[in-house]
Amino acid sequence: MEITLNINGTEKKLNVEPRTLLVQAIRDAGLTGTHIGCDSSSCGVCTVVLDGKTAVKSCTMFAVQAEGHSITTIEGLAQGDKLHPLQQAFHDQHGLQCGYCTPGMIMAAYVLLQHNPNPSEEEIRFGLSGNLCRCTGYQNIVKAVQQAAQMLQQPTGAAADD
Amino acid sequence: MSVQTPNLEPKGIQGLGKPIKRKEDARFIVGKGTYLDDINLPGMLYMALVHSPYAHAKILNIDASEALKIPGVKAVITAKDLAAAGLSWIPTLAGDKQMVLADGKVLYQYQEVAAVFAETRQAAADGAAAVQVEYEPLPVVVDPYKATDPDAPVLREDIKDKMEGAHGPRRHHNHIWNWSVGSKEETEKALAQSEVRIKQHMVYPRSHPAPLEPCGCIGDMNKATGRLTVYMTTQAPHAIRTVLSLVTGIPENNIRVISPDIGGGFGNKVPVYPGYVCAIVGSIVLGAPVKWVETRTENLTTTGFARDFHMDIEIGATKDGKVTAMKVYTLADHGAFDAAADPSKYPAGLFSICTGSYDFQKAYAEVDAVYTNKAPGGVAYRCSFRVTEASYLIERSMDVLAHELKMDPAELRLKNFIRPEQFPYPSALGWTYDSGDYEKTLKVALERIGYYELRKEQAEKRARGELMGIGISTFTEIVGAGPSKDFDILGIKMFDGAEIRVHPSGSAIVRAGTRHQGQGHETTWAQIVSEELGLDVDKIIVEEGDTDTAPYGLGTYASRSTPTAGGAMALAARRIREKAKKIAAHLLEVSENDVEWVDKKFVVKGVPSKSVTMNEVAFAAYTNPPPGLEPGLETTYYYDPPNLTFPHGAYVCVVDIDKGTGEVKVRRFVAIDDCGTIINPMIVEGQVHGGLTEGFAIAFMQEIAFDEQGNHLASNFTDYLLPTALETPRWETGHTVTPSPHHPLGAKGVGESPTVGSPAAFVNAVVDALAHLGVRHIDMPITREKVWRILRQSGIDSF
Ligand code: FES
Ligand code: FES
Repeated sequence: MEITLNINGTEKKLNVEPRTLLVQAIRDAGLTGTHIGCDSSSCGVCTVVLDGKTAVKSCTMFAVQAEGHSITTIEGLAQGDKLHPLQQAFHDQHGLQCGYCTPGMIMAAYVLLQHNPNPSEEEIRFGLSGNLCRCTGYQNIVKAVQQAAQMLQQPTGAAADD
Repeated sequence: MSVQTPNLEPKGIQGLGKPIKRKEDARFIVGKGTYLDDINLPGMLYMALVHSPYAHAKILNIDASEALKIPGVKAVITAKDLAAAGLSWIPTLAGDKQMVLADGKVLYQYQEVAAVFAETRQAAADGAAAVQVEYEPLPVVVDPYKATDPDAPVLREDIKDKMEGAHGPRRHHNHIWNWSVGSKEETEKALAQSEVRIKQHMVYPRSHPAPLEPCGCIGDMNKATGRLTVYMTTQAPHAIRTVLSLVTGIPENNIRVISPDIGGGFGNKVPVYPGYVCAIVGSIVLGAPVKWVETRTENLTTTGFARDFHMDIEIGATKDGKVTAMKVYTLADHGAFDAAADPSKYPAGLFSICTGSYDFQKAYAEVDAVYTNKAPGGVAYRCSFRVTEASYLIERSMDVLAHELKMDPAELRLKNFIRPEQFPYPSALGWTYDSGDYEKTLKVALERIGYYELRKEQAEKRARGELMGIGISTFTEIVGAGPSKDFDILGIKMFDGAEIRVHPSGSAIVRAGTRHQGQGHETTWAQIVSEELGLDVDKIIVEEGDTDTAPYGLGTYASRSTPTAGGAMALAARRIREKAKKIAAHLLEVSENDVEWVDKKFVVKGVPSKSVTMNEVAFAAYTNPPPGLEPGLETTYYYDPPNLTFPHGAYVCVVDIDKGTGEVKVRRFVAIDDCGTIINPMIVEGQVHGGLTEGFAIAFMQEIAFDEQGNHLASNFTDYLLPTALETPRWETGHTVTPSPHHPLGAKGVGESPTVGSPAAFVNAVVDALAHLGVRHIDMPITREKVWRILRQSGIDSF
């Protein structure tokens, strides 16, 4: 069946089966930054943002359910050449190794910071506990989210020394 | 740094020891990595596998007719079809062979029975669900101790009468090999004469590396050119190319293996799996590219398990705590096929490092491997071939001995360490340790955590009935396999290669036979070249993973990349510098003997103002080479390391235990690692964080368990528990630096040290907290339930 999804501000016409998961539809639309890591909605590498404000594991939704909603994926986060502070902070703090969890982790953190612009370490750890990472041990991911929180609170967007 | 001008590339000359940010991040943080499943080829078909619900059963019939009726399904293959191509069984890395698709019977639950090829992923999955297989269940062997009972069922009909295996005689139809090292007689004599003896049984449970990206491959046979391109999630692309050539008969020059970005490996992505072979066969037969990507369940149930060592140790010591001898017997559960990924000469891997950091005069270790109705594997999960089991065994046992002697475990260790002046140290089981300063590293760790104050606090708490424990692990690793005199896989020596091409403008491309999966080679290899050649890191591109372009090498696992390819990279750069010096002399119009390399420049001796940079030399290599010298500036170096490297570390863990729930909270964990020279401290620290987290997972939650019918009890992430950010402790890291005397940079490798060294520290801490209740050992994973039961059995009040 034909559906239209609004992904990163662009309308995409997609041909899907009723059972097609949102994550598969997004990936089939050529946006392969959103990954798949499990069959049980446990790992969070498929996390995207729905309507700009809700983090969802896109393997828990059918593509057809996403019609009429806007979807933001990792590819839609940077503004042109300007990285989102979260992307910059993951790089600065060595918050990624193999990079497989990174897009989902960043999208989950994006929503976390919307709801709680100044989270404590505990709140970050709790907020990201739906997203697994096998490489980093989370410590630098926590630091990256803290750096991004600071950057987002500075109106100039300048933060974090190199 | 301003966000408006993202400046991801570290710039300029950045040599060893600089915590520069990673070059490879740029693509990953914007979602532009290229992992296997991101690759789509025109006309590509999809493959899905049919799996066995039984752990041991005869296959009476396979009926694919319903599957073939599903629109989009192109073909279904079984062992019969593979037999026609001579591919129904393939050799394993351990000298055994394994079924690709079940041939007459299944030997473990989820074993691959048939492969379905279809135009879409969905049709392939529907097709797999529609294949009807008729089974006749057989009795199963789950417990390795029962595998060699006289009346145990025959698992491997194919070799049931073959009593000579790849590693010597077999004494039962389910026995694979027996391996031993050291003198049994002398060790037993020394034990008999020891004033104090301890014995302990311990199990290192079956685990799974479970990288977040599952395994997968795309087979792409181009009938017009006769070339097979295989995209594969592999940590060892060259070895795979050679193995594929051997099993398929396709000449090696006609096979190209491309290992794209890899979403974590940890040893899971070393072996050749049936899914890979089927996808390749599918592509050859159907003339179209075929993609296969595992589900998580397939990943956890059929590929790359690790550990499953059942160990008995006996240690002798004097009354005042000097160790005298150790004897180890291990039963290794290898599953249905011996597919352990070990160097060929070492069926039990490097398990004989089990004397650890201590000066044992006598030692003996023996391992028996057996078949059971479980998936094959025995991969080096963030581990250098069974060093993890060995290290856990000795570090746990030293605490058992300390307990027996009523000695502080730190004091016992300090008393028995190999001393700095004993290096190079010949161990009782035959290794030559390169370097180390164990006492220093432990003292740094004890100081950092405030060990002696913690012991006071513990005594006070114990008096109040509170449960707190401190665990130490002072492990020695053995990595960097390896020197070709001893190390090969299926005959291929375990050296590694590096290639450097310096372009006229002073930029360069470097390639290695290794394949990173998050370890940061794109940055660290560039740093080595920047250090050795004085080139800017931002002008050095690192490429790995394409067998058509990279020099031969055996890949990335077992912490071998820095010890092998890192050495090759440094020596390739030095060879380039030799040539560059001749060009520099020509440019400076002096004799080569008057030129020296100072501060990453060529300088005329005694005339510091007269110098040329490597950039100038590179340009001249192409535009103005000295007469008679071969133009250009590139080289390939194959580095055969003279010895392994022996990183070490001292870890100290503090836990508090909730008396009511049995919950163990890791309050603090200090990890002091000594991996020799550090190339990029930020990356090393990241590796340590990740490795500690996997050690924590193994100690407290991860286990691949089975019920009596051989049903797999951890087939997805809701049953196979991985730690999240919430339960993962905060790690406190630090370093001492004892360079390797034989590595060109003094580096030793670090990727797995924390996974090897940490489990014993966690378990020691928990046992220490409960020691006064008479607890001497608890097998991993230490779940809340296990601790709760111990507490209730000990009559401890909940509050
Ligand atoms: S793929 Fe694992 S949670 Fe969605
Ligand atoms: S960086 Fe590899 S899984 Fe997180």
